[in-house]
Amino acid sequence: MAHVLPPGVPAPDFTLHVTPDQRLSLSELSGRPVVLAFYPADWSAVCGDQMALYNEILPEFKRLGAEVLGISVDGSWCHEAFAKDRGLHFPLLSDFEPKGKVARSYGAYREADGYCERALFVVDAHGVIRWSYCSPVAVNPGADGILQALEDLSK
Amino acid sequence: MLRVPVTPADHRQGDPAAPVTLVEYGDYECPHCGRAHPVVKAVQRHFGLRLAFVFRNFPLSQAHAHAEAAAETAEFAGTHGRFWEMHDALFEKQAFLGAGLLLELAEAVGLSADELQAALAAKAYAARVRSDFIGGVRSGVNGTPTFFVNGVRHDGAPDVESLVEVIEEAAAGGGPGPDAG
Repeated sequence: MAHVLPPGVPAPDFTLHVTPDQRLSLSELSGRPVVLAFYPADWSAVCGDQMALYNEILPEFKRLGAEVLGISVDGSWCHEAFAKDRGLHFPLLSDFEPKGKVARSYGAYREADGYCERALFVVDAHGVIRWSYCSPVAVNPGADGILQALEDLSK
Repeated sequence: MLRVPVTPADHRQGDPAAPVTLVEYGDYECPHCGRAHPVVKAVQRHFGLRLAFVFRNFPLSQAHAHAEAAAETAEFAGTHGRFWEMHDALFEKQAFLGAGLLLELAEAVGLSADELQAALAAKAYAARVRSDFIGGVRSGVNGTPTFFVNGVRHDGAPDVESLVEVIEEAAAGGGPGPDAG
């Protein structure tokens, strides 16, 4: 398993396609906490459940003032179809070209497999990683760790 | 670990003083939960009075169109003392889940379909369902069904053999149930 960036480290900025014709930079979200959820692939069973879970918990993330971003190496057209099929209400970013570059910068890329780890980061309003977790790739990490980290930010 | 202890406010079958309590977080529209339903029944038959069973709602309402309404219907039935009849009927008729079925089932368990319709429209039981859901999230529920045996998440297969084994261990270990202390 990769060594993902630990708490205390500034979150590497990035700009990725969020739709086929729109890009989003992490720095644009400065001023509020951001949850980065790297995941292996659209459509695979575990990822689907994981994203479905975050979709259900969006009101709690919102209550804590946080944005949630899903990130995988799937292209933006694929993300669009996946998000539409599952009714997802948060952005999915494409770490597509150069493939996996952003995941690599977070230590969350599986070189042998060519896709992202199932890795979670909570970035604070100042752009610093405050919590990170890398789950076994076949295990849905749930959301309790993220919610706890977000609550700890406001302490 | 289960972070929301079992209380009398839960829907519970069996003796509150049973040495082992099995808690399920489930979704009435989830096919895996549908398959787990007869498994739970078999496990309950196996242990009899030695096992208490608690069901809590974990509807993935964005993915399952009728899951939330089904959960609210079970809660509606619960306030009229008909929770388990409705719970069983929802899983047994899962393939036909929809607004029409919910009203039919209300009548079938002796409740008013009109009252149910009004309760669903008013979202009268939404807060209860959401409270179950969030408690599940905080306990590490990451999908359905998720089982806890005396408060410890069961990560093995949701089949009879696996659950019986874990419950036997919990019973033999004599560890305190979630109600203890």
